[in-house]
Amino acid sequence: MKKIHIIGLVFIAASIAVLISFLQTASTYDTVDTAISKQGKFVHLMARWDSTAPLQYDAIRNPNFLSFTAVDSLSKTIRVVYHNPKPDNFEMSERLVLKGKYNGEFFDCESIQTKCPSKYKEDTKQMEKSLQQTTSL
Amino acid sequence: MDKYFGETLLPGQLGHFFIILSLVASIVACFAFFRATRAGIEPAAAQWKKLARYAFITQAVSVLAIFSLLFFIIYNHLFEYRYAWQHSSRSLEFKYLLACFWEGQEGSFLLWSLWHCILGLVLIRTSGKWETPVMTIISFVQVCIATMVMGIYFGDFRLGSNPFLLMRDSGLYDNAPFMHIGGDLAQGIRPDYLSFIKDGNDLNPLLQNRWMVIHPPVLFLGFASTIVPFAFAISGLWLKRFTEWTKAAMPWTLFSVAVFGVGIMMGAWWAYESLTFGGYWAWDPVENASLVPWLILVSGVHTLLIFNSTGHSLRATYLFLLLGFAFVIYSTYLTRSGVLGEASVHSFTGDGMGYQLIFFLVILVLPSLLLYILRYKQIPAIRKEEQTSSREFWMFIGSLIFFFSALIIIGKTSVPVFNKIFGSSVAAPEDAEFAYNQIQIFVAIFIGILTAVTQYLKYKSTTGKSFLKKIAIPTVVAAIVAALVLTFGDINYSRQSYGFLIQIWVAVTCAIYAIIANAAYIWLGVRGKLGLSGGSIAHVGFGMVLLGILLSSAKKEILSYNTSGIPKDFFGKNSKEKPGENLTLVKGIAMKMGKFDVTYLGDSAHPKKQQWYFNIHFKSRTDNEEFTLRPNAFVNYKGNEGLMANPDSKHYPGHDIFTYVSALPNKEKVMDTASFSSNKVAVGDSIFYSQGVLVLESLTSRDNLPIDGFKPGDQGTVAKLRAFSFNKSSYAAQPLLIQAGGQQLSMPDTIMPLSLIVKINSTDGQTADIGVKESDAILEFVTLKAYKFPFINLLWLGIVVTALGTFMSMARRIRVNRLSKES
Repeated sequence: MKKIHIIGLVFIAASIAVLISFLQTASTYDTVDTAISKQGKFVHLMARWDSTAPLQYDAIRNPNFLSFTAVDSLSKTIRVVYHNPKPDNFEMSERLVLKGKYNGEFFDCESIQTKCPSKYKEDTKQMEKSLQQTTSL
Repeated sequence: MDKYFGETLLPGQLGHFFIILSLVASIVACFAFFRATRAGIEPAAAQWKKLARYAFITQAVSVLAIFSLLFFIIYNHLFEYRYAWQHSSRSLEFKYLLACFWEGQEGSFLLWSLWHCILGLVLIRTSGKWETPVMTIISFVQVCIATMVMGIYFGDFRLGSNPFLLMRDSGLYDNAPFMHIGGDLAQGIRPDYLSFIKDGNDLNPLLQNRWMVIHPPVLFLGFASTIVPFAFAISGLWLKRFTEWTKAAMPWTLFSVAVFGVGIMMGAWWAYESLTFGGYWAWDPVENASLVPWLILVSGVHTLLIFNSTGHSLRATYLFLLLGFAFVIYSTYLTRSGVLGEASVHSFTGDGMGYQLIFFLVILVLPSLLLYILRYKQIPAIRKEEQTSSREFWMFIGSLIFFFSALIIIGKTSVPVFNKIFGSSVAAPEDAEFAYNQIQIFVAIFIGILTAVTQYLKYKSTTGKSFLKKIAIPTVVAAIVAALVLTFGDINYSRQSYGFLIQIWVAVTCAIYAIIANAAYIWLGVRGKLGLSGGSIAHVGFGMVLLGILLSSAKKEILSYNTSGIPKDFFGKNSKEKPGENLTLVKGIAMKMGKFDVTYLGDSAHPKKQQWYFNIHFKSRTDNEEFTLRPNAFVNYKGNEGLMANPDSKHYPGHDIFTYVSALPNKEKVMDTASFSSNKVAVGDSIFYSQGVLVLESLTSRDNLPIDGFKPGDQGTVAKLRAFSFNKSSYAAQPLLIQAGGQQLSMPDTIMPLSLIVKINSTDGQTADIGVKESDAILEFVTLKAYKFPFINLLWLGIVVTALGTFMSMARRIRVNRLSKES
């Protein structure tokens, strides 16, 4: 066996080890219930904003504090705290991907990905909307 | 017969014709080049070759014609064509018309195809005996790409997507009654529909950036050029002429590495200038997808060099060059099929082309890998092992490191693909960027050292003495420089563990070593001969890139830490407030940001678009420096609800100040629902409000006031109030109460910066009832985020130097090849 072969095998082993350890740190897509059951563990919570519950945000006093209630597809709700400005298309968003962890009291969110019907230009609905804006009768 | 009014159908019809022609011509070219290759030296070969060349030229002309026709349509705002309507608008500046050309799938495939045509024409002229096999492969890929813009239905399956599709055929009017006769969806589209289309959907605002004009063509030239080394390698395997192609392929591979690398980094520059994640690289799948083939190609160029110099590493060269192209196709699948979905913020969505792209992967990549496996044993390899003191040994190790680094990156990036195949739901880890960085930092360390040292080794074997003698000086110099940088550079990256910081320090040292050792090699190794120093220059540039990446990332500072003076326990003792990274600037009030006092001066609107420029004034407290940055944002732009912010930067030689707007008051939404509170106070008393206290300083009665309609006999009361806010500034206000003809008229006063409105409800001698209202509605403010990016220019400069060095190497290889041909 040549040295190169040995080194190659070491690299292969190292790469596999890296990818496996990556899978262990990787998180999961979760609902409210499973996110709560994984308290303290970083998850991707798939939910949407519950517009019936109060939302706390005051950009002047503190642009880095947003608190609202999220509801998932199983109608379970959870309070979410987010330490960044409120995403601008927050209210229009059909779906939110909330990245963070449940800390026993609320869902401590590190990043919010808003999924709007208009997020992608190719989206037909958005195009139809734009069609109405760019035409006039 | 004009069924519809005002349409210009000729360009579209011509376009359709040329699309068909380009497909047919590329099929003919592929077949004829194939027959010419098979015919070898028989007389028929010349005939086939002639036919093939004509077919390929026809194909190239057709693609150019398609390209021009589509541009004509966009340029003339022919909104009867979906492509023009979807990607452009009348208000779009001329320079961005090209950018909207490649915004869509079809345009970018056309661009790719056009580059293949140009590369093919160059190869026909220059590649001699390799012309027919290499062109067979390129023509075959051209057939594949031509089908991507066909837009022909086979039952429910649509093959490709046609850029000349008309709006009325696109199905977009299916739910728009006003476009139909009598407003009835069941009826046909009204003949005068075009007169209602006033404007296009426009180019995505984030792509309205100068880099988007130039980045896609360069990147696609990089993508397209990977086919040349691939085609050479396949030709070698196919014709069993395993070793003859390597010298001819060398300049092409270098060209590909340089252009591809520059293309990727232009994209990074665009991201830095117009996206708001606060940097130039985010390990986003779309970025990774182009980085991975580049890394593999860099491995390939080094093993190709090893083979040309020593005869080692040919098998690895084949693998790297084949995989370089294979990953270009795989990347196209990743970014164009919509498979990334949740994982990426800026991938193209699928236009139902996913299956077509998988089909390409299957017919392009599988056969080439199969051919490689079948011929593997026949590929010549030297039995004798490389010596550990040889240059080729360590070059090969470096290539392997790049290769495995690429595999790890693509493995992580492909998680959504695995999720799709296995039905799993693995998501990105908590700190997705760190998951990449913690591995790639080791790659940076090893590659840094290897880049520094390897050139000083000789091929075959090196004697320790001569090696040490040459490398001693650069090593000592690098050690001193690195020690100085680490001592005074203040590199304290605290977001991760201490161990990671030490790794950064080691990597910084290695990058400095790479720069100095390679710069020194230009004199010590090749004695300042510029013709021979392309490699060293490229490596100096690469070292600068490494150093620039490390320093700019490790020393990035957030300036906009919320230091607004609002006490931390303002929200209550148990509040879990963290100091945030976003700062709200109220118009006209200076806030502290690093060494600057920053003031929001006001905004100005784009004359034609819903785009606002915010004037943010920076004034240094330590010196006289002041400047104004103008980050801008598109607000509720053409159906894209919300804010699309573009940052602005102040460039210094050593660092950039980078800022963007992260939130704006929603002027339509904020309603003035607050009401006046009632506070009965005497002169000298205080009234508390949420951000501080108000003090009633005096209360005076007047019988004349400089107000219109104030008649003799009327009584006025002036209250002097002073508001103290937590951030230590104070503001005066003077509300009035007027008694005129038995009527009471209260004239409130507004303290804009504090969003306070005060009025006098009633007075009674030296006490008054003061109404206080706090309202968001009166306030103009922006919330922004600001960074300091040090040494970003080192990175950009490094890219330029790397590309320059690579082009110099390429020029040298072309010269050497030409000389050996002549002799």
